[in-house]
Amino acid sequence: MPSTTENLFGLIGRRAIPILKDINDAARLINNTFYWAFLSPFKGKAIRFRASMSEMVKAGYSSVPIVATISLFVGIILALQSAYQLKRVGALIYVANLVGVSITRELGPILTAIIVSGRSGSAFAAEIGSMKAAEEVDALISMGINPVRFLVVPKLIALMVMLPALTVFSDLIGIFGGFLLSITALEIHPYNYFQQTIRALLIKDILTGLMKAWAFGVVITIVGAYQGFKVEGGAEEVGMRTTASVVASIFLVIVFDLFFTTLFYYFT
Amino acid sequence: MEKAIEVIGLVTHYGDREILKNISLSIPSGKTTVILGGSGCGKSTLLKHLIGLLKPTRGKILINGKDITVMKDEELDEVRKRMGVLFQGAALLNSMTVSENVALPIREHTRLKESTIQIMVRMKLDLVGLSGFDNFYPSQLSGGMKKRAGLARAMALDPELIFFDEPSAGLDPVTAAGLDELILKLRDVFKMTIVVVTHELPSVFMIADYVIMLDMGDVIFSGTLDELRASDNPRIRMFLERRPEKETYSPEDYFRIIAGD
Repeated sequence: MPSTTENLFGLIGRRAIPILKDINDAARLINNTFYWAFLSPFKGKAIRFRASMSEMVKAGYSSVPIVATISLFVGIILALQSAYQLKRVGALIYVANLVGVSITRELGPILTAIIVSGRSGSAFAAEIGSMKAAEEVDALISMGINPVRFLVVPKLIALMVMLPALTVFSDLIGIFGGFLLSITALEIHPYNYFQQTIRALLIKDILTGLMKAWAFGVVITIVGAYQGFKVEGGAEEVGMRTTASVVASIFLVIVFDLFFTTLFYYFT
Repeated sequence: MEKAIEVIGLVTHYGDREILKNISLSIPSGKTTVILGGSGCGKSTLLKHLIGLLKPTRGKILINGKDITVMKDEELDEVRKRMGVLFQGAALLNSMTVSENVALPIREHTRLKESTIQIMVRMKLDLVGLSGFDNFYPSQLSGGMKKRAGLARAMALDPELIFFDEPSAGLDPVTAAGLDELILKLRDVFKMTIVVVTHELPSVFMIADYVIMLDMGDVIFSGTLDELRASDNPRIRMFLERRPEKETYSPEDYFRIIAGD
């Protein structure tokens, strides 16, 4: 019979070793992805440009309607909620500041990232996972084609470009939503609202938002690909990994958001 | 006998379970070698090691004299360019048409002109009897056609060495025989070294020049077809005569199994 101490250490070991292995796998994937995306093009192994374009269309262009709708609604909601407090102190015009700053600094990037996690992150996991289950990934390796370069890098390029682009779009539509509500229900003069927004927004607000969006793009791609490559069995596991990829990428997006927001708060 | 592949003292594990127990074998070049064995004997694992998908716990795998188990990825890719693999489910990329699938290794590894690539693709498809199916997607093909397309892709770069993982699995006898005929044609016309992993006996007797038989992670036979037929090893006889394996338990063992201890 093993002693209590042995049992305790056994328990810690059984829990810790798989976690270490996961960290190792994830680190290796990140390393490979960045190698094939940023270093190997200088060594003559070009990025798959056409595949990247088609990923951009799938991840970016096709998300435009949903990003637009959600951003418009969130802009309106934000204007309404802030008006609820601001009208008591007679400072309704500051709705413009609140909407402008919170959308560009925070809500634009994070809403876009959450939508893209749900749409593209899960699609990445499902695509790579079902390819893994059907031996297609093995087939790529056996043809001497690196699956990270072939599958992950085009997705990474697509999200690194499209997430900031969608965020700019989301910023504009969100501010427009606040504007629509303010000039109608709140009876603020359109020109005043416009001027107030311009005065409130700094270039750095928009830039920090875009930097976050870029980082979120990287996080979503890596999480989706990681979960996809983890698939060993069949269709059931593909479904499980797809769900896991959405949960994990939304979680990590928020963790990174906290990190960047803190960083920007103190250093910009 | 010139050796295309030589395996020396290969030991592999899945987790704690030992799959291949210190096996050594050699595969002659320019011939069709069949790796034979029942389910779970480790033959698919062996194949995955031969094409460098898995790294062994111990042992060497020499392909044309070079040990692939210690190679870096770039060197291994060079070896892989000279081998083709037909996977069990063909493993065509579903997002691409048949001709794009066949063109994939050519596009990735050469800088040929698009028109040249198209001609090569049509030649390969014609070889496997799939002319005219260039623009079909894998989901629109039957099981046998998928395998043929997978074979065309495996042959795209004119490999010296070609592996088949259970080529007749899931095919009707007529289609399976067609595939066997294709394998014979490849050996006779292109002088390729062919390695087939299978458990289908009719197919073995049709295509094999040389047979390696695995059983429970060990090589129990290697030699020609005639030697296989003449063998009096009970495990081989059981396999060849399709006799079921009788699992005999002592009363104590049986009790231990049902008691779950």
